[in-house]
Amino acid sequence: MSVTQTPVNSPEIRRLDPVLEPGHTYASVTDKIAAVVLTRPLGIGWLAGFTITFSLVMMLFVAVSWLFAKGVGIWGINIPIGWGFAIVNFVWWIGIGHAGTLISAILFLLNQKWRTSINRFAEAMTLFAVACAGLFPLIHTGRPWMAYYMFPYPSTMGIWPQFRSPLIWDVFAVSTYGTVSLIFWYIGLLPDLATLRDRAKLRYQQVIYGILSLGWRNSARHWHRYQSAYLLLAGLATPLVLSVHTVVSFDFAVAIVPGWHTTIFPPYFVAGAIYSGFAMVLTIAIPLRKAYGLEDFITMRHLDNMAKVMLATGLIVAYGYFIEFFMAFYSGNKFDVFLATQRLHGPYSHFYYALLLCNILTPQLLWIEKVRRNVAALFVLSLVINTGMWLERFVIVVISLTRDFMPSAWGRYSATFWDYATLVGTLGLFAMLLFLFVRGLPAIAISEMRELVAHESHTKKDQE
Amino acid sequence: MTEPRSPLHGVLGEFETPEELLTAAKKARAAGYKHIEAYTPFPIEGLAQAIGFRWTAVPLITLVGGIGGGLTGFGLQYWCSAITYPLNIGGRSLNSWPAFIPVTFELTVLGASIFALVGMLALNKLPQPYHPVFNVERFAHASTDRFFLCIEARDPKFNLAEAARFLQDVHAQHVIEVKDEE
Repeated sequence: MSVTQTPVNSPEIRRLDPVLEPGHTYASVTDKIAAVVLTRPLGIGWLAGFTITFSLVMMLFVAVSWLFAKGVGIWGINIPIGWGFAIVNFVWWIGIGHAGTLISAILFLLNQKWRTSINRFAEAMTLFAVACAGLFPLIHTGRPWMAYYMFPYPSTMGIWPQFRSPLIWDVFAVSTYGTVSLIFWYIGLLPDLATLRDRAKLRYQQVIYGILSLGWRNSARHWHRYQSAYLLLAGLATPLVLSVHTVVSFDFAVAIVPGWHTTIFPPYFVAGAIYSGFAMVLTIAIPLRKAYGLEDFITMRHLDNMAKVMLATGLIVAYGYFIEFFMAFYSGNKFDVFLATQRLHGPYSHFYYALLLCNILTPQLLWIEKVRRNVAALFVLSLVINTGMWLERFVIVVISLTRDFMPSAWGRYSATFWDYATLVGTLGLFAMLLFLFVRGLPAIAISEMRELVAHESHTKKDQE
Repeated sequence: MTEPRSPLHGVLGEFETPEELLTAAKKARAAGYKHIEAYTPFPIEGLAQAIGFRWTAVPLITLVGGIGGGLTGFGLQYWCSAITYPLNIGGRSLNSWPAFIPVTFELTVLGASIFALVGMLALNKLPQPYHPVFNVERFAHASTDRFFLCIEARDPKFNLAEAARFLQDVHAQHVIEVKDEE
């Protein structure tokens, strides 16, 4: 294959960038991805990044230990604002996780070849985000050592969970989501772990990857069952990912609190989840491809496509904001109308305007092709959208709870140092796990990349 | 399992492209070999069929897991809410089944997914740390850029010289004996 020739991936749309830069062979993709894990020395950048994020994790430990010692009173929550940062962060993190499953399952079912080089680390991102998310409701319970009460088990007290409560649905939805994401991720990793085992030169690497790969030997019969299981898991994960944020939105929508009790919540939460998830994938992909020279695999085509998905889901989210307002006035319910005006004029209106700026106005820049093809601009936009989505959850949780039905039940909320320490701590935990992941496991699915090489060379032959 | 171990596992042919391997596998079946296995760095369409493997129980196992998970989910909630711990809330029905759907759905997916993973691994007889093909040094390429076809010694038609000649005839780049020694 010559490098100068115009790369052709989708023959019908010639101007698109390739999903894989031309000139790669089975061996070259394998070498390049495996080398990041097996042979590349630890760089100063990685060490610095790991050190910083590790210290943030230590801060998280301090924050959580202090919480366990003193109770949830160290946070800014009060009555009536019992949810505060803990639930804002929970919903934010769980939303971020959604892009991973969307990329790995839904785009797989839709046969989108460009998902191949981003699905692995997006799935890792999902797992780590779900881990951060799961922490919040747990420590928010006040007595987290009794969190197991939420699971049905035969206790001497003879009591059972209230299965009609969305909070119990949440326990099942999030724990199922975490488990299924882990299974899906591990199945995808299995052949790559075998590749690493076969290529490892150091004894400890051979042993570790040997154990993790379970003796996978690339047999055609094994591949056949593997593909069958992978396809089924993709089919199972697709409705699951849509159900998880739907159930999270039920936590709000099933309550009668003004601003929460709306039917738009499930679809609008799912769209918001995908929106923030893709923003986070971009936040990770852009430094990752730069740091490890993976621009051949994570090409402009990927960044461009992800930007388009963000634009589309961002418009769905904008529609959700609009419908919330419309329904408040259309319903004529005075509490809903009041809440809508409180968003615009209340004590937290600056959060709402910042949210509109971050989530609706700024992302409109993505209509411009030049912006979508500018890596730095995309990185900044992805950070803006992540912030915007966090603000959205803040607006939903805090404004509604501070403006309940009775003026006597109104209140104010402000976060304390420990709230911020816990939020920043989970950001550190998330980033630290990612740092460990890129050096311990292949960040791009190697066997799928080889499949892509085969696919590309076929398309090329058909052209000639 | 009880049959005596033969020191020879089979003979391995190495190919450079998936097309060559696919052709060779089809020819091996046509030549009457029944116990053949292919090893490839990524799944190749039609290869499993070419070596005589058509049906897999993975979907069935997954279905069983899904149905089991769903029934467990609904049964658990019904038993808790209507039988062992009934709570009368404003006289509403104890079997409030619409409220049980989310957990039923989640456990359906959970059951199916766990069964898909375990079923796939169990049918593949994994984990299996040792396999004779790992004795071949070049076999490490099966996870990078080479495609292998193995004619196994347990095949009734197997004869080392003949099988090796067959692999050479179908243009294998290397023909390697696979010894089974532990």
